[in-house]
Amino acid sequence: MAETLVLVGTAKGLFSLRSTDGRRHFELDGPDLAGEEVYATCIDGRGSSPRLLAGSVSMHWGPVVRRSDDLGGSWTEQDETAVAFPTDTGAALARIWQLAPGGVDQPDVVYAGVEPAALFRSDDGGRSFALVRELWDHPHRSQWNPGGGGLCLHTVLVHPADPARLLVAISAGGVYLSDDAGGTWRASNAGIVAGFLPGATTPEFGQCVHKVARDARDPERLYLQHHDGIYRSDDGGASWVPMHSIGGVDFGFPVVAHPTLPDAAYLLPLEGAEYRCTPDGRCTVWRTSDAGASWSPLTTGLPQADAHMTILRDAFTTDGDAPAGLYFGTRSGELYGSADDGDSWQLLAAHLPPVLSVRAATIA
Amino acid sequence: MRVPAALREVGGGQSTLAVDLREAGTVADLLDAIGATHPALERRIRDEQGALRIHVNLFVGEENIRGLAGAGTVLRAGDEVSIVPAISGG
Repeated sequence: MAETLVLVGTAKGLFSLRSTDGRRHFELDGPDLAGEEVYATCIDGRGSSPRLLAGSVSMHWGPVVRRSDDLGGSWTEQDETAVAFPTDTGAALARIWQLAPGGVDQPDVVYAGVEPAALFRSDDGGRSFALVRELWDHPHRSQWNPGGGGLCLHTVLVHPADPARLLVAISAGGVYLSDDAGGTWRASNAGIVAGFLPGATTPEFGQCVHKVARDARDPERLYLQHHDGIYRSDDGGASWVPMHSIGGVDFGFPVVAHPTLPDAAYLLPLEGAEYRCTPDGRCTVWRTSDAGASWSPLTTGLPQADAHMTILRDAFTTDGDAPAGLYFGTRSGELYGSADDGDSWQLLAAHLPPVLSVRAATIA
Repeated sequence: MRVPAALREVGGGQSTLAVDLREAGTVADLLDAIGATHPALERRIRDEQGALRIHVNLFVGEENIRGLAGAGTVLRAGDEVSIVPAISGG
Protein backbone atom coordinates (compact mmCIF):
# COMPACT_ATOMS: atom_id res chain seq x y z
CA MET A 1 0.00 0.00 0.00
CA ALA A 2 1.21 3.50 -0.77
CA GLU A 3 2.56 5.49 2.12
CA THR A 4 2.42 9.25 2.45
CA LEU A 5 5.53 10.61 4.11
CA VAL A 6 5.74 14.10 5.53
CA LEU A 7 9.11 15.39 6.73
CA VAL A 8 8.89 18.22 9.22
CA GLY A 9 12.12 20.10 9.79
CA THR A 10 12.06 22.03 13.03
CA ALA A 11 14.35 24.20 15.11
CA LYS A 12 15.11 21.15 17.25
CA GLY A 13 15.30 18.27 14.85
CA LEU A 14 13.51 16.33 12.15
CA PHE A 15 10.09 14.76 12.65
CA SER A 16 8.20 12.54 10.25
CA LEU A 17 4.55 11.71 9.79
CA ARG A 18 3.39 8.66 7.90
CA SER A 19 -0.01 7.59 6.65
CA THR A 20 -0.93 4.28 5.07
CA ASP A 21 -4.69 4.80 4.98
CA GLY A 22 -5.09 7.39 2.29
CA ARG A 23 -3.97 10.32 4.45
CA ARG A 24 -6.78 9.96 6.99
CA HIS A 25 -4.45 9.26 9.91
CA PHE A 26 -0.79 10.03 10.42
CA GLU A 27 1.70 8.60 12.88
CA LEU A 28 4.26 11.04 14.24
CA ASP A 29 7.83 9.93 14.78
CA GLY A 30 11.00 11.72 15.86
CA PRO A 31 12.96 13.69 16.46
CA ASP A 32 15.93 12.60 14.41
CA LEU A 33 18.92 14.94 14.35
CA ALA A 34 17.78 16.16 17.76
CA GLY A 35 18.85 19.66 18.62
CA GLU A 36 19.66 20.66 15.06
CA GLU A 37 17.80 23.21 12.95
CA VAL A 38 16.48 21.48 9.84
CA TYR A 39 15.87 24.11 7.19
CA ALA A 40 15.98 21.81 4.17
CA THR A 41 14.82 18.31 3.36
CA CYS A 42 14.26 16.54 0.07
CA ILE A 43 12.32 13.42 -0.83
CA ASP A 44 13.94 12.32 -4.06
CA GLY A 45 11.89 9.77 -5.92
CA ARG A 46 13.82 9.73 -9.18
CA GLY A 47 16.00 6.72 -8.49
CA SER A 48 15.11 3.06 -8.15
CA SER A 49 14.24 3.67 -4.51
CA PRO A 50 13.40 6.89 -2.71
CA ARG A 51 16.22 8.80 -1.11
CA LEU A 52 15.90 11.40 1.62
CA LEU A 53 18.27 14.29 2.14
CA ALA A 54 18.41 16.62 5.11
CA GLY A 55 20.36 19.81 5.58
CA SER A 56 20.68 20.82 9.19
CA VAL A 57 22.75 23.08 11.37
CA SER A 58 23.78 22.73 14.97
CA MET A 59 24.37 25.93 16.87
CA HIS A 60 27.57 24.41 18.19
CA TRP A 61 28.78 22.05 15.52
CA GLY A 62 27.81 23.73 12.25
CA PRO A 63 25.95 22.56 9.14
CA VAL A 64 25.65 18.99 7.87
CA VAL A 65 24.04 17.24 4.89
CA ARG A 66 22.83 13.71 5.56
CA ARG A 67 21.26 11.06 3.36
CA SER A 68 18.88 8.25 4.10
CA ASP A 69 18.23 5.35 1.78
CA ASP A 70 15.79 3.65 4.14
CA LEU A 71 13.15 6.38 4.36
CA GLY A 72 14.58 7.89 7.49
CA GLY A 73 15.34 4.71 9.38
CA SER A 74 18.96 5.80 9.47
CA TRP A 75 20.90 8.86 8.34
CA THR A 76 24.45 8.89 7.09
CA GLU A 77 26.97 11.65 6.65
CA GLN A 78 29.87 11.39 4.25
CA ASP A 79 33.35 11.43 5.74
CA GLU A 80 34.32 14.19 3.38
CA THR A 81 32.22 17.26 3.80
CA ALA A 82 29.29 17.42 1.41
CA VAL A 83 28.90 21.19 1.05
CA ALA A 84 31.83 23.50 1.69
CA PHE A 85 33.05 26.72 0.16
CA PRO A 86 36.43 26.53 -1.56
CA THR A 87 39.22 28.16 0.42
CA ASP A 88 39.74 30.96 -2.09
CA THR A 89 36.20 32.25 -1.60
CA GLY A 90 36.90 33.11 2.02
CA ALA A 91 33.30 32.08 2.77
CA ALA A 92 32.03 29.51 5.22
CA LEU A 93 28.77 27.63 4.98
CA ALA A 94 26.26 28.95 7.49
CA ARG A 95 23.07 27.09 6.59
CA ILE A 96 21.54 24.89 3.91
CA TRP A 97 18.25 26.42 2.80
CA GLN A 98 17.26 24.19 -0.05
CA LEU A 99 17.89 20.70 -1.37
CA ALA A 100 16.30 20.24 -4.78
CA PRO A 101 16.45 17.35 -7.24
CA GLY A 102 17.81 17.96 -10.72
CA GLY A 103 15.94 16.89 -13.83
CA VAL A 104 14.06 13.61 -14.03
CA ASP A 105 16.71 12.30 -16.42
CA GLN A 106 19.50 13.36 -14.05
CA PRO A 107 18.89 11.04 -11.10
CA ASP A 108 22.22 11.85 -9.48
CA VAL A 109 21.96 15.63 -9.79
CA VAL A 110 20.92 17.50 -6.67
CA TYR A 111 21.16 21.23 -6.02
CA ALA A 112 21.75 22.90 -2.70
CA GLY A 113 20.88 26.53 -2.05
CA VAL A 114 22.79 27.89 0.90
CA GLU A 115 23.69 30.85 3.09
CA PRO A 116 25.71 32.88 2.30
CA ALA A 117 23.79 33.00 -0.95
CA ALA A 118 25.27 30.43 -3.29
CA LEU A 119 24.28 27.42 -5.34
CA PHE A 120 26.00 24.05 -5.11
CA ARG A 121 25.52 21.10 -7.44
CA SER A 122 25.94 17.40 -6.70
CA ASP A 123 26.43 14.82 -9.43
CA ASP A 124 26.51 11.85 -7.09
CA GLY A 125 23.13 11.92 -5.44
CA GLY A 126 24.02 14.35 -2.68
CA ARG A 127 27.23 12.76 -1.43
CA SER A 128 29.35 15.69 -2.52
CA PHE A 129 28.56 19.12 -3.90
CA ALA A 130 30.56 21.67 -5.88
CA LEU A 131 30.07 25.41 -5.82
CA VAL A 132 28.46 26.82 -8.96
CA ARG A 133 31.20 29.33 -9.54
CA GLU A 134 29.49 31.33 -12.23
CA LEU A 135 26.75 32.46 -9.85
CA TRP A 136 29.18 33.03 -6.99
CA ASP A 137 31.27 35.22 -9.29
CA HIS A 138 28.28 37.18 -10.56
CA PRO A 139 29.04 40.91 -10.40
CA HIS A 140 25.79 41.59 -8.57
CA ARG A 141 26.69 39.40 -5.61
CA SER A 142 28.45 42.07 -3.61
CA GLN A 143 25.27 44.16 -3.74
CA TRP A 144 22.91 41.46 -2.47
CA ASN A 145 21.65 42.16 1.03
CA PRO A 146 20.46 39.75 3.68
CA GLY A 147 16.78 39.51 4.52
CA GLY A 148 15.53 38.66 7.97
CA GLY A 149 16.62 35.06 7.58
CA GLY A 150 20.08 35.90 6.33
CA LEU A 151 21.53 36.20 2.83
CA CYS A 152 20.19 32.96 1.49
CA LEU A 153 19.56 31.21 -1.80
CA HIS A 154 16.32 29.50 -0.90
CA THR A 155 14.67 28.43 -4.14
CA VAL A 156 15.95 26.20 -6.95
CA LEU A 157 13.59 25.31 -9.79
CA VAL A 158 14.71 23.02 -12.60
CA HIS A 159 12.74 23.28 -15.83
CA PRO A 160 10.92 19.95 -16.28
CA ALA A 161 11.54 19.78 -20.04
CA ASP A 162 15.06 21.19 -20.08
CA PRO A 163 17.14 20.65 -16.95
CA ALA A 164 19.72 23.14 -18.19
CA ARG A 165 17.21 25.88 -17.49
CA LEU A 166 17.49 26.86 -13.83
CA LEU A 167 15.76 29.46 -11.72
CA VAL A 168 17.10 30.45 -8.33
CA ALA A 169 15.79 33.02 -5.90
CA ILE A 170 17.79 34.92 -3.32
CA SER A 171 16.74 37.04 -0.36
CA ALA A 172 17.50 39.75 -1.08
CA GLY A 173 18.93 39.50 -4.52
CA GLY A 174 15.89 38.43 -6.51
CA VAL A 175 15.39 35.92 -9.29
CA TYR A 176 18.30 34.72 -11.42
CA LEU A 177 18.00 32.52 -14.49
CA SER A 178 20.42 30.26 -16.32
CA ASP A 179 19.82 28.56 -19.66
CA ASP A 180 23.06 26.60 -19.68
CA ALA A 181 23.04 24.51 -16.51
CA GLY A 182 24.55 27.31 -14.46
CA GLY A 183 27.24 28.41 -16.88
CA THR A 184 25.84 31.94 -17.11
CA TRP A 185 23.29 33.82 -15.01
CA ARG A 186 21.13 36.88 -15.49
CA ALA A 187 18.92 38.75 -13.05
CA SER A 188 15.26 38.47 -14.06
CA ASN A 189 13.05 40.64 -11.91
CA ALA A 190 11.31 42.84 -14.49
CA GLY A 191 8.01 44.01 -13.07
CA ILE A 192 8.67 43.14 -9.41
CA VAL A 193 8.35 46.28 -7.29
CA ALA A 194 10.75 46.54 -4.39
CA GLY A 195 8.42 48.47 -2.13
CA PHE A 196 10.95 48.42 0.66
CA LEU A 197 13.36 50.56 -1.37
CA PRO A 198 13.09 54.34 -1.67
CA GLY A 199 10.68 55.20 -4.42
CA ALA A 200 9.27 51.66 -4.62
CA THR A 201 11.28 51.03 -7.75
CA THR A 202 11.74 48.03 -10.02
CA PRO A 203 15.51 47.58 -9.96
CA GLU A 204 17.30 45.01 -12.07
CA PHE A 205 17.96 43.00 -8.90
CA GLY A 206 17.72 43.33 -5.14
CA GLN A 207 14.11 42.26 -4.76
CA CYS A 208 13.30 40.23 -1.67
CA VAL A 209 11.74 37.23 -3.34
CA HIS A 210 10.42 34.88 -0.67
CA LYS A 211 9.48 31.85 -2.78
CA VAL A 212 8.70 30.80 -6.35
CA ALA A 213 6.62 27.84 -7.55
CA ARG A 214 6.04 26.41 -11.01
CA ASP A 215 2.62 25.68 -12.48
CA ALA A 216 1.74 22.00 -12.80
CA ARG A 217 0.88 22.09 -16.50
CA ASP A 218 2.59 25.11 -18.01
CA PRO A 219 6.28 25.09 -17.13
CA GLU A 220 6.64 28.70 -18.28
CA ARG A 221 4.08 29.85 -15.70
CA LEU A 222 5.50 30.70 -12.30
CA TYR A 223 3.99 32.06 -9.09
CA LEU A 224 6.07 34.30 -6.86
CA GLN A 225 5.62 35.53 -3.31
CA HIS A 226 7.61 38.70 -2.88
CA HIS A 227 8.22 40.58 0.34
CA ASP A 228 5.34 42.88 -0.41
CA GLY A 229 3.56 41.55 -3.44
CA ILE A 230 2.42 38.49 -5.35
CA TYR A 231 3.40 37.98 -8.98
CA ARG A 232 3.05 35.62 -11.90
CA SER A 233 5.26 35.00 -14.89
CA ASP A 234 4.04 33.46 -18.14
CA ASP A 235 7.39 33.45 -19.83
CA GLY A 236 9.56 31.30 -17.64
CA GLY A 237 10.51 34.13 -15.31
CA ALA A 238 11.63 36.61 -17.96
CA SER A 239 8.99 39.09 -16.75
CA TRP A 240 6.51 39.33 -13.90
CA VAL A 241 3.03 40.79 -13.50
CA PRO A 242 1.14 41.39 -10.25
CA MET A 243 -1.52 38.88 -9.34
CA HIS A 244 -4.83 40.05 -7.90
CA SER A 245 -4.29 41.23 -4.36
CA ILE A 246 -5.64 39.17 -1.47
CA GLY A 247 -7.53 41.81 0.45
CA GLY A 248 -4.49 44.04 0.47
CA VAL A 249 -2.47 41.49 2.44
CA ASP A 250 0.25 40.58 0.02
CA PHE A 251 3.01 39.79 2.48
CA GLY A 252 3.83 36.16 3.07
CA PHE A 253 6.58 33.63 2.76
CA PRO A 254 5.50 30.45 0.92
CA VAL A 255 3.76 29.85 -2.38
CA VAL A 256 2.78 26.37 -3.52
CA ALA A 257 1.56 25.31 -6.95
CA HIS A 258 -1.06 22.60 -7.19
CA PRO A 259 0.81 19.45 -8.23
CA THR A 260 -1.54 18.40 -11.04
CA LEU A 261 -4.08 21.11 -11.86
CA PRO A 262 -3.23 24.02 -14.17
CA ASP A 263 -3.47 27.63 -13.00
CA ALA A 264 -3.87 26.55 -9.38
CA ALA A 265 -1.71 27.76 -6.52
CA TYR A 266 -1.86 28.48 -2.81
CA LEU A 267 -0.69 31.30 -0.57
CA LEU A 268 -0.60 31.84 3.17
CA PRO A 269 -0.61 35.61 3.61
CA LEU A 270 0.72 37.17 6.77
CA GLU A 271 0.22 40.60 8.22
CA GLY A 272 3.39 42.32 7.17
CA ALA A 273 5.94 43.43 7.20
CA GLU A 274 6.55 44.02 10.91
CA TYR A 275 4.07 41.64 12.56
CA ARG A 276 4.37 38.67 10.19
CA CYS A 277 1.58 36.59 11.69
CA THR A 278 -1.74 35.43 10.29
CA PRO A 279 -3.95 38.53 9.83
CA ASP A 280 -6.61 39.29 12.43
CA GLY A 281 -5.78 36.11 14.34
CA ARG A 282 -7.30 33.99 11.57
CA CYS A 283 -5.40 31.30 9.71
CA THR A 284 -6.48 31.25 6.07
CA VAL A 285 -5.02 29.49 3.06
CA TRP A 286 -5.89 31.20 -0.21
CA ARG A 287 -6.31 29.29 -3.45
CA THR A 288 -6.43 30.46 -7.01
CA SER A 289 -7.76 28.35 -9.86
CA ASP A 290 -7.29 30.99 -12.52
CA ALA A 291 -3.59 31.79 -12.22
CA GLY A 292 -4.02 34.57 -9.72
CA ALA A 293 -6.91 36.47 -11.28
CA SER A 294 -8.97 35.67 -8.19
CA TRP A 295 -8.45 33.98 -4.83
CA SER A 296 -10.71 31.95 -2.56
CA PRO A 297 -10.23 31.61 1.19
CA LEU A 298 -9.89 28.12 2.61
CA THR A 299 -10.68 28.01 6.31
CA THR A 300 -12.43 24.73 7.10
CA GLY A 301 -10.52 23.14 9.94
CA LEU A 302 -8.17 26.09 10.40
CA PRO A 303 -8.33 28.27 13.52
CA GLN A 304 -10.30 31.44 12.93
CA ALA A 305 -9.79 33.22 16.23
CA ASP A 306 -6.77 34.06 18.36
CA ALA A 307 -4.47 32.32 15.89
CA HIS A 308 -1.31 34.37 15.57
CA MET A 309 0.82 32.05 13.47
CA THR A 310 3.84 32.43 11.23
CA ILE A 311 4.46 30.08 8.33
CA LEU A 312 7.95 30.22 6.86
CA ARG A 313 8.87 29.99 3.19
CA ASP A 314 9.58 26.26 3.06
CA ALA A 315 7.03 25.22 5.65
CA PHE A 316 4.19 24.77 3.12
CA THR A 317 4.21 21.97 0.57
CA THR A 318 2.26 19.38 -1.36
CA ASP A 319 2.68 15.63 -1.58
CA GLY A 320 2.20 15.65 -5.34
CA ASP A 321 -0.83 13.39 -5.20
CA ALA A 322 -4.31 13.91 -6.67
CA PRO A 323 -6.31 15.25 -5.02
CA ALA A 324 -3.46 17.24 -3.61
CA GLY A 325 -2.28 16.67 -0.11
CA LEU A 326 -1.17 19.98 1.35
CA TYR A 327 0.78 20.49 4.56
CA PHE A 328 2.04 23.52 6.44
CA GLY A 329 3.83 23.98 9.70
CA THR A 330 3.95 26.99 11.98
CA ARG A 331 6.58 28.62 14.10
CA SER A 332 4.35 27.76 17.03
CA GLY A 333 4.81 24.07 16.35
CA GLU A 334 1.60 23.01 14.65
CA LEU A 335 1.34 20.97 11.47
CA TYR A 336 -1.87 21.19 9.44
CA GLY A 337 -2.75 18.95 6.54
CA SER A 338 -5.37 18.68 3.84
CA ALA A 339 -6.12 15.64 1.68
CA ASP A 340 -8.65 17.34 -0.58
CA ASP A 341 -6.89 20.15 -2.42
CA GLY A 342 -7.19 22.42 0.59
CA ASP A 343 -10.98 22.27 0.91
CA SER A 344 -10.64 21.06 4.51
CA TRP A 345 -7.80 20.85 6.98
CA GLN A 346 -6.91 18.94 10.11
CA LEU A 347 -4.33 19.45 12.78
CA LEU A 348 -1.84 16.61 12.28
CA ALA A 349 0.61 17.51 15.04
CA ALA A 350 0.96 20.13 17.76
CA HIS A 351 3.51 21.14 20.35
CA LEU A 352 6.40 20.56 18.00
CA PRO A 353 9.40 22.89 18.03
CA PRO A 354 9.13 25.81 15.59
CA VAL A 355 8.59 24.38 12.10
CA LEU A 356 11.15 25.51 9.53
CA SER A 357 10.50 23.21 6.57
CA VAL A 358 7.96 20.68 5.36
CA ARG A 359 8.24 18.24 2.47
CA ALA A 360 5.87 15.41 1.54
CA ALA A 361 5.50 12.64 -0.99
CA THR A 362 3.50 9.56 -1.65
CA ILE A 363 5.79 6.56 -1.75
CA ALA A 364 4.68 3.52 -3.69
CA MET B 1 42.13 15.17 22.50
CA ARG B 2 39.11 14.64 24.68
CA VAL B 3 35.93 14.13 22.66
CA PRO B 4 32.57 14.99 24.25
CA ALA B 5 29.79 12.44 24.10
CA ALA B 6 27.89 14.47 21.50
CA LEU B 7 30.75 14.04 19.03
CA ARG B 8 31.80 10.46 19.62
CA GLU B 9 29.79 9.15 16.69
CA VAL B 10 31.99 11.20 14.37
CA GLY B 11 35.11 10.65 16.47
CA GLY B 12 35.40 6.94 15.94
CA GLY B 13 33.37 6.18 19.05
CA GLN B 14 36.25 7.10 21.31
CA SER B 15 36.32 9.49 24.24
CA THR B 16 39.97 10.35 23.66
CA LEU B 17 42.12 10.50 20.56
CA ALA B 18 45.90 10.33 20.85
CA VAL B 19 47.71 12.37 18.21
CA ASP B 20 51.44 12.54 17.49
CA LEU B 21 52.59 16.02 16.55
CA ARG B 22 55.94 17.42 15.59
CA GLU B 23 57.82 19.33 18.26
CA ALA B 24 56.23 22.73 18.90
CA GLY B 25 53.12 21.61 17.06
CA THR B 26 50.08 23.82 17.51
CA VAL B 27 46.36 23.41 18.02
CA ALA B 28 45.98 24.03 14.28
CA ASP B 29 48.35 21.12 13.63
CA LEU B 30 46.32 18.99 15.99
CA LEU B 31 43.11 19.84 14.09
CA ASP B 32 44.82 19.12 10.78
CA ALA B 33 45.75 15.70 12.10
CA ILE B 34 42.25 15.08 13.40
CA GLY B 35 40.88 16.16 10.02
CA ALA B 36 42.98 13.55 8.26
CA THR B 37 41.55 10.70 10.29
CA HIS B 38 38.18 12.02 11.44
CA PRO B 39 37.09 14.76 9.00
CA ALA B 40 33.52 14.91 10.27
CA LEU B 41 34.87 15.61 13.76
CA GLU B 42 37.18 18.33 12.56
CA ARG B 43 34.46 20.22 10.70
CA ARG B 44 32.37 20.33 13.86
CA ILE B 45 35.20 22.20 15.54
CA ARG B 46 36.19 24.61 12.77
CA ASP B 47 34.67 25.69 9.48
CA GLU B 48 36.07 25.16 6.00
CA GLN B 49 38.12 28.35 6.31
CA GLY B 50 39.79 27.05 9.43
CA ALA B 51 37.98 29.31 11.88
CA LEU B 52 37.02 27.83 15.23
CA ARG B 53 33.23 27.63 15.39
CA ILE B 54 31.91 30.46 17.48
CA HIS B 55 30.10 28.25 19.99
CA VAL B 56 32.94 25.77 20.38
CA ASN B 57 35.78 26.18 22.83
CA LEU B 58 39.03 24.28 22.96
CA PHE B 59 40.83 24.01 26.25
CA VAL B 60 44.47 23.03 26.69
CA GLY B 61 44.39 21.66 30.17
CA GLU B 62 42.23 24.24 31.91
CA GLU B 63 43.05 27.14 29.58
CA ASN B 64 40.73 28.24 26.79
CA ILE B 65 42.82 28.74 23.68
CA ARG B 66 40.90 31.96 22.98
CA GLY B 67 42.84 33.38 25.92
CA LEU B 68 46.09 31.89 24.69
CA ALA B 69 47.32 32.05 21.12
CA GLY B 70 44.19 30.61 19.55
CA ALA B 71 44.87 27.97 16.93
CA GLY B 72 48.53 28.95 17.13
CA THR B 73 48.76 27.80 20.73
CA VAL B 74 51.78 25.52 20.99
CA LEU B 75 51.21 22.10 22.49
CA ARG B 76 53.61 20.10 24.58
CA ALA B 77 53.90 16.36 24.87
CA GLY B 78 51.15 15.07 27.08
CA ASP B 79 48.87 18.09 26.78
CA GLU B 80 45.19 17.29 26.88
CA VAL B 81 42.94 19.29 24.56
CA SER B 82 39.23 19.27 25.39
CA ILE B 83 36.39 20.16 23.03
CA VAL B 84 33.85 22.09 25.10
CA PRO B 85 30.58 23.37 23.63
CA ALA B 86 29.74 26.84 24.82
CA ILE B 87 26.86 27.10 27.25
CA SER B 88 24.69 28.64 24.58
CA GLY B 89 21.40 27.69 23.09
CA GLY B 90 17.72 28.18 23.61
